[in-house]
Order: sequence, then structure tokens, then C-alpha cells
Amino acid sequence: MNGFSMKNVMKKNVMTIALFAVYVLFIILAAAIKGTNMLDPSVVTSLIEQNAYVFILGAGMLMCMLTGGNIDLSVGSFVCFAGAILGLFSVENKILNEWWGTWETQVIDGKEERVLVAAAQPLSVPVVLLIVVGVGLAYGALLGFLIAYVRIPPWIATLAGYLAFRGLGTQVLTTASTTNAISNFPKPLLAIFSGKLFETGWGVMNIPCLILGLVGSAAVIFINFKSRATKVRKGYQADPLWFVFLKSFLIVAVIMFLTIEFALDGGIPVVVVWILAVLIIYGIITEKTTIGRHFMTVGGNAEASRLSGINNKRIMFVAYLNMAILTIIASLVVTARTGAANSFAGQEFELDAIAACIVGGVSAYGGAGTIVGMVVGATLIGVINQGMSLVGVDQDWIKIVKGLVLLGAVVFDIMSKKGNKKQ
Amino acid sequence: MMIIATVIVVFVFYFITNGKNLNPNSIDALISQNAYVFILGTGMLLCILTGGNIDLSVGSVVCLAGGVGAIMMRMMKGIPGLAWPVAVIAMLAMGLLVGLWHGYWIAYVKVPPFIATLVGMLAFRGLANIIMKGEAVEVDNKAFLNIFGGGSDCYIPDFLKFLAPESSLNVTCFVTGIVLAAGYAVFTFFNRTRLIKKGYKVDSFVAVIIKTLLIVAVVIWFSYKLAGYRGIPTALIWIALILGIFAYITTKTTLGRNLYAVGGNEKATRLSGIDTRKVMFSAYTLMGVLSGFASIVNIARLQGSTPTYGVGYEMDAIAACFIGGASAYGGTGSIGGVIIGAALMGIINQGMSLASTPVNYQKVVKGIVLIVAVLFDVIMQMKRKGGKKKATSAAATEKGGANA
Amino acid sequence: MAKVLLEMKSITKTFPGVKALDNVNLKVEEGEIHALVGENGAGKSTLMNVLSGIYPYGTYDGDIVYDGEVCKFHNIKDSEKKGIVIIHQELALVPYMTIGENMFLGNEQGSKWCIDWYKTYAEADKYLAMVGLSDSSKTLIKDIGTGKQQLVEIAKALAKNAKLLILDEPTSSLNETDSRALLDLMKKLQREENLTMIIISHKLNEVSYVADKITVVRDGSTIETLDAKTDDISETRIIKGMVGREITDRFPKRHDVEIGDVMMEVKDWTVYHPEFSERKVCDNISINVRKGEVVGIYGLMGAGRTELAMSIFGRSYGIGISGDLILRGENVTLKSPKQAIEAGLAYVTEDRKGNGLVLSNSILRNTTLANLGGVSKNTFIDKDKEYEVAVEYVKKLKTKTPSVEQLVGNLSGGNQQKVLLAKWMFANPDVLILDEPTRGIDVGAKYEIYCIINDLAKAGKSVVMISSELPEVIGMSDRIYIMNQAKIVGEMKASEATQENIMACIVGVSGEASADSKGSEA
Repeated sequence: MNGFSMKNVMKKNVMTIALFAVYVLFIILAAAIKGTNMLDPSVVTSLIEQNAYVFILGAGMLMCMLTGGNIDLSVGSFVCFAGAILGLFSVENKILNEWWGTWETQVIDGKEERVLVAAAQPLSVPVVLLIVVGVGLAYGALLGFLIAYVRIPPWIATLAGYLAFRGLGTQVLTTASTTNAISNFPKPLLAIFSGKLFETGWGVMNIPCLILGLVGSAAVIFINFKSRATKVRKGYQADPLWFVFLKSFLIVAVIMFLTIEFALDGGIPVVVVWILAVLIIYGIITEKTTIGRHFMTVGGNAEASRLSGINNKRIMFVAYLNMAILTIIASLVVTARTGAANSFAGQEFELDAIAACIVGGVSAYGGAGTIVGMVVGATLIGVINQGMSLVGVDQDWIKIVKGLVLLGAVVFDIMSKKGNKKQ
Repeated sequence: MMIIATVIVVFVFYFITNGKNLNPNSIDALISQNAYVFILGTGMLLCILTGGNIDLSVGSVVCLAGGVGAIMMRMMKGIPGLAWPVAVIAMLAMGLLVGLWHGYWIAYVKVPPFIATLVGMLAFRGLANIIMKGEAVEVDNKAFLNIFGGGSDCYIPDFLKFLAPESSLNVTCFVTGIVLAAGYAVFTFFNRTRLIKKGYKVDSFVAVIIKTLLIVAVVIWFSYKLAGYRGIPTALIWIALILGIFAYITTKTTLGRNLYAVGGNEKATRLSGIDTRKVMFSAYTLMGVLSGFASIVNIARLQGSTPTYGVGYEMDAIAACFIGGASAYGGTGSIGGVIIGAALMGIINQGMSLASTPVNYQKVVKGIVLIVAVLFDVIMQMKRKGGKKKATSAAATEKGGANA
Repeated sequence: MAKVLLEMKSITKTFPGVKALDNVNLKVEEGEIHALVGENGAGKSTLMNVLSGIYPYGTYDGDIVYDGEVCKFHNIKDSEKKGIVIIHQELALVPYMTIGENMFLGNEQGSKWCIDWYKTYAEADKYLAMVGLSDSSKTLIKDIGTGKQQLVEIAKALAKNAKLLILDEPTSSLNETDSRALLDLMKKLQREENLTMIIISHKLNEVSYVADKITVVRDGSTIETLDAKTDDISETRIIKGMVGREITDRFPKRHDVEIGDVMMEVKDWTVYHPEFSERKVCDNISINVRKGEVVGIYGLMGAGRTELAMSIFGRSYGIGISGDLILRGENVTLKSPKQAIEAGLAYVTEDRKGNGLVLSNSILRNTTLANLGGVSKNTFIDKDKEYEVAVEYVKKLKTKTPSVEQLVGNLSGGNQQKVLLAKWMFANPDVLILDEPTRGIDVGAKYEIYCIINDLAKAGKSVVMISSELPEVIGMSDRIYIMNQAKIVGEMKASEATQENIMACIVGVSGEASADSKGSEA
């Protein structure tokens, strides 16, 4: 039973091929038009760092979309709110002082005034993290309950969140600080979510980074070949050896490319750890666990899913609870990178996450989609963003192109489904 | 139901703001500041009726069309008489184009409305920014401002002042109100008599009297308040016009019927020989045109156009529809509901401002009101189904014994 | 001599893989009530869809001659213009609109831009009076029962100036009283308005009551037409025409199967319709099945068999469920499909594409769906084991596919059914309820599925097979229950069963009912 054909592989990986093509295209254009080197270490690193939140939110959005094309419009606003809460408890600010500061009535210039004698101590980093995660869990549970059990259409429920949290977050920030933003986060907090890993300052290349990259590459090669060997041993259909070589080679190339860029830029960005953790965990969940399978079934055919013994409502609940947690992580990453929580944080994040999923082949009706696809989609959009900026294209044109790419991806998805349907 | 809620809310704010919210200038501000919600809400209703579908791009379209209009008027400063009509046509045309674009993708290619309009939201804002080159564009064409409700003179001049020169009220406004109310009452009774003659069934006499009295009272009170400020704002005329036209369309034309039918039961509608794609297409096209119109009113009020306008407008429109009773699954909703929904939201917004509530809490309240309105709708639906179940299964078990 | 209003000549319609209509001829005279009868899938609805323009001109061969001229309908509106109106089994009404609005949907009173609502409601009341409904035309559809909704549909058709009215299973969701009212209305319209009607129905007693002529359709062809004035149109006679075919299908024999104790039993099982909660869809049903036994449940459409199966399977259908469910001798309450699966039940749905399989998923994934625990440890799926299982079942059931990665949506009906069976077999149940397991499948695949059923019995499983094909039920079962209109109306050993005495059970009950016109429960 030979089911392998290069043509099939090409068809399945259209977006990845597009990604490579577009990336190369922009590298050339950037160099030719503006003389900018898109392969410069700092450029590549910022590509990853600036899009970190898309990968993280995209994973959550993927889980929601799998259940039937459902989305969460509130992620951007919640990122803002979560950042505000983070700042509220970890940095000295006016609200905290109101609650926990020591005040005295003193007489100044003949008038009685309330004076702050001792500022409130912000809470320790672990406690703050716990609070923030708690907030995420609470919101996720509420949202999940309303959507899965009360059956409010997801986009309305999350629309309300979109409105409410932007307002709440902004209110917290404006009350807490005269600059309407909170910065000066404690260094340990920033270090967990931003900066570089294993900064050594020796020489041009960061050695630990290189080592990790090599180890990662080796792991990938090993896994690919071992899984093929097992398949052959058990007599299943396996891809031809040369293909496994090619696949491993390409993946290793990408890993080493990133590794070298990171190394030249001073080390692996800390966010990469978070991104990889999220991607790997959700990759495993969607591909290899029963619960991931359940998600895909609910979206594929809700009635068949129910009659096969799956609890559809619980799956929906988990989808939104999960999204909220990932939003918290994204918020931490974003706040740490900019070093401040401000009221513009998170704008259009939901669009980016949804676009990443759709361009990455996640079905708008549910039931199909992978983490890898989402990553490709997110990267493609990120590359288009960065590439167009570097070439000197106006931000607004970039927005338009983004929109058109999204539209194109959906239409392509719909058309190809039509073609596949049998009479 | 919602009407009662509105009245209650008005009273609540009356107490909180020491009566400020019922001042003539507050009422006037209520109208001019929420004009765009009434207009966009009307269009959004059409889309929601077809099955809970929405249009997320209206805010961006308002901004885009507004920018186009403002720039055209600036370009044609030398020909004042021509400037604003051309601009108005251009803005409506812009809205129409967007509507056609969305209509095509949604109705014929079957792109989920959500995504298609999300794309529009992104792309059209980008386009708007490009056209306006990131800067604000002033609109100072007097004729335009006066006609569409901007600046300080956008009121119908008091040409009936001579009737009561001593009065502090705007006589034209008050008189118009009285005339309209009287005319409505007369028309209602005449019509009823005519229908009875034809042999048609009509509502009970008492019910008609009560309804007419209520409406007459509201109209007169309203015109009295407005007369206490500056008279009839031109914006009100446009709002009334649009609401009136679409109230007619939704209740008295085949297109209107079809919108409700598609949302109520798409299969049944198709089996009745109606082309559901055309219906969807019409809904989104009209939404586009209305967005264009909203942009006219918008730049008039704000006397200019900025690339940041329109943010959040779609949410206001959607909220107005739902609070006014539209169903999230389509098939139910009315222009009357939109009026109440928009008015309620406007009243809450204004009340909070007058009570000096921070702007951000207003956003939160908006979100909560939206969820409560939807929750209410969902729970009512569940109760209806559930109640029926419980009542009849009890009866059935009784019957079951008797049947062999 | 009455004039011939409609003549359908040599109509042939094929769908990919199956010939739905084969040279069908139908003649209907003006002012007559003409009944079309036949088993499920015989082609009656297809024929009417051709007539009404749902299957437009060009998608069928043959001619429709209406009122003397050859007609080429491209859509519903074309046929309606001629006065041919079809009322589908699934009522085409919008629940949140009023009766008046629904009646004139697509046919608005007044002009396109100015609907005259007063006229609309007045006209609506007029037609409602004609059909005997006293409700106001301003009532919402969702607030009236199905019986009345059916009458609204007829009123709607009359408002379209129908000259030829087609009713597809008009009484399938109605109780006795409402059905009788509808039939009497038909007779009244025939008398007073000279309306010509074609009725498709499974309820043979009703057909006998109301039809002037009866055309029997079987396997896509018209077998015979009976004339009420000259022929015997008793139900027994009609049935003979409907099923009288030779049993040419061969059914694999089962040998050496020990039939053991009772594995599953239901006693006094009663279920109500979830939306029309006064209607019983299962009425005091008591059946049982033993280990190693194949029990067939035969019935005409609307009998309530699927409802019975689904309500047993974890209460996945119906409300107000009462009665006992006894598994392995113990009384159990199964409140969800998951509990049912864990208790050892499996339900193979009758609509494999709609709610049985996930068409966009592979054979691999569909096979393990009901029992992911069997190929996973601590929620981690063992992909290799899963692959093994899928391949094993493909081999066992002889599913034709190049690989288990093939999407189920691309398989033929027979192979899809096999994947569905594989899924439930892998869940390792003790009781399998198969709902129409060979519907829409070619003869060769059918035989293979019969073999699979035999293997299941041999392995000691209990199989309940719901089927509308008499030969299949007789050929494959050890015992047969006959169900009609929510009740069990007969039970017999397969060795004693013949097509005639099975049908007699069905006729027997409805014969009583029509004689006494009793009660209001269906």
C-alpha cells in the first residue's frame, strides 16, 4: 500500500512552502530596495520576540476554533487587564498605597492633610504570579460556563469581555499612576519572561545557545529516524528514507539558522523557552492525547461526537478556560518585553491570533487544524509584517495586505473543501 | 419589557444627577451624540436578522468614508455650492462599494461573515489612514455642517417665532411636535375606521386609545424639551428618516419579510422559492450604505475626520440591537428594538458622564449590559421550552394510565 | 370520463451509483385523490421532487404532461405557477413568524414594496376557515401543535391557488384525531373545490380511507395501480403489491451459535417526543435480547424504532422516559451515551453521514473514536497501536480503501458503514443496536455486512437489528419484533415469519384503530 507521493506532500504543506518563498522574497527585496539585511541577528531575534504573543495566543485560539470555529474576541483586552493587575501588585503605585500604605494626618501650612508616611510594599513575585493566574482561571471559568452551559454564542460573550476588560484595565492604570502606565517591574519578574538565556558575554557567539541548538537538532534527527524505523519494523506504511532525510535536513536547517542568529545576538531569548513550551505541550495534546482528539471530533461532527460518548459541553468549557490561561502567559510575556503595562497593550491581538490560525489552515468551521499549521500561519504573517516594514511600506498598507492574506486563506480553504467533496 | 427598563434607568439617573439628565441640552446632546448608533444599529439589525450575522467593519468604514468626504470637501473649497453634495454622494458610494464587497464574499463565496468583516475592519482602517495621511482633516463647510448636524447652527431656524415672540421656547419645534402628535392621532383613528369599513380585524378601541395617548404624550414632551434648547436638530431629522425608511422596509416589503424568514428557518425559506443568497447580499449591501450615511453624520458632528474615529462603533451597534431584543440566532428583532437599545445605551452613557463616572467604567458597564441583555434572551428561550416540557409530561403520565 | 390532469411518462432519474426511478408512469385524473405507496427508498419522494421542480428539467429523463402540455420546470416557482404545490414532510414554516406571515411567504399580498398586512391577515383567516382552523392568523407558528401546523401548510397551498396538491407523509407526526381531521379535510377539498391531490403515505389504513386510486412503487418502478371503484384496496391487498417480491437476496446462514441468557431487557419503556411533549414516541415497549441472538425490529417509517434505540442508548433522545432497563439481570439507569458505552451498549446510527461518522476525519480516527481508552494510556494515544487496530478492522471487515489514512468522507456508502461498524465493534460492547445497517448499500457490501453480523452473534454478542427491509429481517434474525406507531404489535420466531404475517401484525393494530377511531395518543 503505497500512499506516499511528493505531490501530496506539496499539497499538504502549501503554507509552509509559501512561508519559505515569501521570506526569501522579502530578504531579497529588503536588501535591494533599502539595503537592509533581514538576516541580521537582531532582526531575526526581534521577529521571534515581537511575535511571541501570536504563537502563544494562537495555540489557545486553535483549541477554541477546533471545537467548531469558535473564537475568543476578548484576548487583547484581557492582556491589557492582566498587565494592569500584574503592575498593580508588583510595583509601587497609588492604588496600592491607598489600600496598604500608612497614612497620617499632618498639619502643613496650617492646613490638615493626609500624607503618605510609608509606601505600600508590593507583593513578592511568586504571589503576584499566583494572583494573576488566579484571575485568568476565574475569567476562563466564567467564560467557559457562559458559553458551554448557558449556551451564549461565543462571539457575544467574548465581545462583552473585549469591551469590559479594556475599560477595567485602563481604569486601573489611570488610577494607579500619573503616567497611565506602570513600569519598573521587579527585575526577577522581567527576567522570567524577557531577556536572554545564559548570557555569558564571552566572544561573538553565545556558546550555551549553540550547544542547545545542536542538541535540539540531534534530538529531531533521532526522533524522525527512530519513528520511521519503528514503522518499518512493524510493517506499517512509512515514508521513503530519502524523504525522512530531506525532512530532517530542513528542520535542522531551520533550527540551526535560528540558533546561530540567536547566538550572534547574545543568546536565546527567554520567550523562546515559553513559546517552545506552549507549542510542544499543545502540539502533544492535539496530536497525541485523547482530549486533543475529542476537541477535533466536537468540531468535526458535534452529534456524532455526542453519540460516541464525548461530553461536548465539557470540551467547550475547557477550551475557553485554557484560552484564558494562555492569555495570562501572553500578557506576562508582552508586559515583560515592553517593561510596562499600558492601556494600549493587546490591541488587535485577537485578530492576529485568529489570522494565524486561519492562514495556518485551521478550519473556520472547526474539526481541523494543527499547532504546526498555526505556527506557520503566525510566522508567515509575522514575516509579511516585518518584511513590509523593512522594505519601507507604510503601516497602513501592511494592515490592508494582512487583511487580504487572511481573506485569501479563507477562500482558499473553502474552495479546496468544495473540490474535495464527492457528489 | 425593555421600555420599562429604559424608563427605570432614566429615573435612576435623574436622581443621581439631580435632574441634569432631563435638561433640554442633555436631551439634545443625547440625540446628536448617538446619531451614529441609531443609523449603524439599523444596518446591523438587517444582518443579525439573517441569522445572527454581524458586520465588524462598520467602525472602519465610517472612518474611511468620512475621510473620503472630508478630503473631497477640502479639495473643492473653491466651489462651495458643489462641494458638499459631491462629498455626500462620494461617502454614500464608498459605503455602497464596501457593502457590495462584503455581500459578495459572504453570500456567494460563503466566507463566514465574521471573518469577511474582520478582514474589512483591518483593511479599511488601513486604507483610511493612508487616505488621510495619518492626520486630521477639518470640515468647515457651513452648509454641510448645518444640514447634517454639526457645528453650532445645525438646527431648524425658528421661523414660527412670530406666533409667540415672548416665549423662551423654540416655537417651531414645539409646534411641530404638537402638529405631528395630532396628525398621528387623527391618522390612526381615520385608518381604523377605514379598515373597519373594509371588514378587516382591528385592535380594540381601548388599546388603540391608550397606545395613541402614550405616543402623543412622548412626542409632545420630547418636542417641549428640545424647544427649551435650540429647537429641532437636523441630525434628528436624518435619524427619523432612516429609522422610518427601514421600519417600513422591515415590516412592509418582501425584502424585509425575507430577512426575517432566512434567520427564522433557512431551509423553509429556500423551499418557499426564495433565493437566500440574494437576501444575505442585500443585508450586507444595505449595511454598507448605512455605514456611509453614518460617516456623513459623524464628520458633521465632529467637524472633521481623524484616522482614529470609529473605533468601537461596531460594538455599539451590535449592543443596541441585542439590548433591543434581537435574537443572536436570527429571525427576531425590530427597528423599534434598535431605537430602544440605542437610546438605553445612550442614556446610560450620558448618565454616567453627567454623574462623573470614569470613562473606563462606562466601557465595563457597556459590556455588562450587553451580557445581561443576551443572558435574558437566552434564559427566556430556555424557560419557554423547559416550561412546556414540564407541564405536559406531568399531564401525559396521567393520561398514560388511561390509554391501553 | 374525468379528464387526465397529470401524466408522468417514463420518468427515469439516476443518482451517482443508484437508479432512483426507472421508467415510472403515473396518471392522475382531475379531482381525484391519488395515493403513492411503497417502502422506504422505493422512489416516491424522488418522483414528487421531479414533479415539483426540485429536481429541475434536465436532471431526469421522461416527460411531465400537465393539463395537456409538456412542462419543463426549472425550480419550485415554475411548478407553483402551474398550480402544482408540494407540502413536504418537514414542514417549511418559520417558527417565530405568525401563521399569516408564513402563509404568504414568497407570495406576499400587495406589492413587493408595500405589503398590505391587513389584507394578508384577512386572506389568511379566509383560508384558515377553509381548512377548519379557528386560531387567529396572528398566532406564532411555534405556539400551535403539529396537527395545526400541518393544516396551516395546506392553507398556505390553497392560498397559492393550488390545483394539484402533493402531500408527502402528511400524517407522520400527527396523532389519531388530527390525522383523521386532515383526511376528512382532504375529502372536503376534493368535494367542494375539486382539488386534485397526490398523497404519499405509509399509513395504509388512511390510504384505504381516502384514496380513489393507489399506485404502488417498488424499487424505483411503478408496479401496479389499484382503482378504489373496481379493485380490492384493503390493506392486505396493498401490502401484497408493496412487498411481493421474491426473496432473491441470499442471507448467510448462522450455524452453531448458542443462544444464552437474556442480556438486555426493557420493560414498559415509554418515551415522549422532546418538542411535542404530549406525543409518545415509545408506548410501553417491552423487548429483550439474549446472548448470541439476533433480534430484528421491523416497522414502517415513523414507528418509533430509532427513538426506542436512542432512548435506550444513554437517553440520547426523548424526554419523560420511564420504564426499566435491565442489563445482565440488573436494573440500570444510563444517563448519557458515555455511561451506555461503559455499560456495554453500542448504537450504530441509521444516518452514518449525519451523526455516525466524522467525515472529515480518517478511517483511523473514526475507528477508535468510541473507545480511545483502548489505544491510549493515561490520555496519551499510542499511535502505533491505533494504526494496528484500524488496519485490523479494515482487514476483518474487508473495507475497501488504499489506506487507513483515507478520509471517511471519500469512501462509498458500504465502506463507510463498515467503518462505523468497526468503531462500535472496537468499543467491545455486549449489546449492539444496529439501525438500518444496510441502508443505501449495494448487494455485495450488504452480504459482507450480514457476515459481520453473524460473526458478532457467534462471538456471543447480542444484536438488535432495526430494519425496514422485510426479507433482511426475516433472513437474518432469530426472533422478530414488529413495531408500529410507537407500540410493539407483534413478536415471532423468524422460522415462523413470513412477509404476510408480519404485515398482518401491522395491519391488525391499525385496522382496530380505524374501526374504533378511539383515543388521542399515537
